[in-house]
Amino acid sequence: MSVMVVRKKVTRKWEKLPGRNTFCCDGRVMMARQKGIFYLTLFLILGTCTLFFAFECRYLAVQLSPAIPVFAALLFLFSMATLLRTSFSDPGVIPRALPDEAAFIEMEIEATNGAVPQGQRPPPRIKNFQINNQIVKLKYCYTCKIFRPPRASHCSICDNCVERFDHHCPWVGNCVGKRNYRYFYLFILSLSLLTIYVFAFNIVYVALKSLKIGFLETLKETPGTVLEVLICFFTLWSVVGLTGFHTFLVALNQTTNEDIKGSWTGKNRVQNPYSHGNIVKNCCEVLCGPLPPSVLDRRGILPLEESGSRPPSTQETGSSLLPQSPAPTEHLNSNEMPEDSNTPEEMPPPEPPGPPQEVTEAEK
Amino acid sequence: MPPSPCASCMSPQVHNLQELRRSASLATKVFIQRDYSDGTICQFQTKFPPELDSRIERQLFEETVKTLNGFYAEAEKIGGSSYLEGCLACATAYFIFLCMETHYEKVLKKISRYIQEQNEKIFAPRGLLLTDPVERGMRVIEISIYEDRCSSGSSSSGSSSGSGSSSGGGGGAGAR
Repeated sequence: MSVMVVRKKVTRKWEKLPGRNTFCCDGRVMMARQKGIFYLTLFLILGTCTLFFAFECRYLAVQLSPAIPVFAALLFLFSMATLLRTSFSDPGVIPRALPDEAAFIEMEIEATNGAVPQGQRPPPRIKNFQINNQIVKLKYCYTCKIFRPPRASHCSICDNCVERFDHHCPWVGNCVGKRNYRYFYLFILSLSLLTIYVFAFNIVYVALKSLKIGFLETLKETPGTVLEVLICFFTLWSVVGLTGFHTFLVALNQTTNEDIKGSWTGKNRVQNPYSHGNIVKNCCEVLCGPLPPSVLDRRGILPLEESGSRPPSTQETGSSLLPQSPAPTEHLNSNEMPEDSNTPEEMPPPEPPGPPQEVTEAEK
Repeated sequence: MPPSPCASCMSPQVHNLQELRRSASLATKVFIQRDYSDGTICQFQTKFPPELDSRIERQLFEETVKTLNGFYAEAEKIGGSSYLEGCLACATAYFIFLCMETHYEKVLKKISRYIQEQNEKIFAPRGLLLTDPVERGMRVIEISIYEDRCSSGSSSSGSSSGSGSSSGGGGGAGAR
């Protein structure tokens, strides 16, 4: 009797994750849906550096020092590595509540506030917590059905709650949150240094060569120089400004989101309870602190149905430990309920200083 | 006082958690929420939920949660070793994470082993099951309360299933 071997396609959890993310490499890479501007970023960096290595570096390595292209290469590799880390990693997405948990929280809320008659909009759900002697409000997220931890925010572009949400950056094609903020900061820092480096050595190259063959001849020989200088000039103003702004945020242990909303400024507001009061300590915590792993478990395998022989099930809410998954209650089907007054925090905030580096496309 | 189990349920196999799930049915679930009074670090509330009143001693429960909180505090501790790890990783452009486990991941593994151990020794014999918070996005500690299907007139499990249904647990009733 012949044995038929059926190769079952394994369904991994990333395939069933809610939210508007794109996954690549079988769940190893996680990005936002719109990646166009990210490709532009890659193109600009790769293009400019290729031109620099191909033309200016060859001349400068001989005329000045071979260390020049070496440092440029190191800076380039570091900024590419941090860019890819920022773009491809999980920013700190908080998985949505499973039906049981959502029902439990609903019950608790109703016990506190009392049931709302049908058709009426429920009051905003807020819990108050005291952190370091200051009252912090936790808001309930209607989409994820959880009370958001402090400093978390719901990104409307990716449709996920993200821990320590900073902003959604289209230039890296991902949200910037707890898990990838340090990579983002190091990326803009190294990109600033790289831009300044390339800009400076382009000027040096033009100056040196002009002494020998004249300014116009130099430009005719390496027209790429003009392009590089232009790109670097505009990048300088935006990226260096952005780096300065984020250095300020890191020193105060604040996020862009909090800064835009003015959460900790103003005399009637609470002081930032997360700051250690010391710039060095704040920097160390934000940039060198412990890095929590992703809780999304993108590459975990979804369990098959209890009946066994059926093909992998399409479980909407991801795997549950127990075989029985209870049906969601009536209350939870009101997903259409809009997030009240969440639009300010959901809309990705624009960058205040300099040109709008992180203004995102309109969500619609 | 733990419920008096019947003979077939108290066989050594009850320590096997798969057996527990097959032989008992889920009555309800309790969710221990996060405690944010110390900031954003991962800590869970040690408040004893009333649904567990008849199933487990308050002290055992509190000890478990406090130990878990201790582990999480260790994972998120900001100190010399975490800075060293951060700086070393930065110096290697984070390529070192391709071959090295972070301190946090090591502690999470310890937590996983601890929860497994607690389930086997303490919770499963009382018809309870702790779910590792990492599987719930570090939001809650989920405790599943099982009814003893084969219990004969065990008053504690009867009362707990009663309290389970009165608290409107979304679990058991819809499951079957």
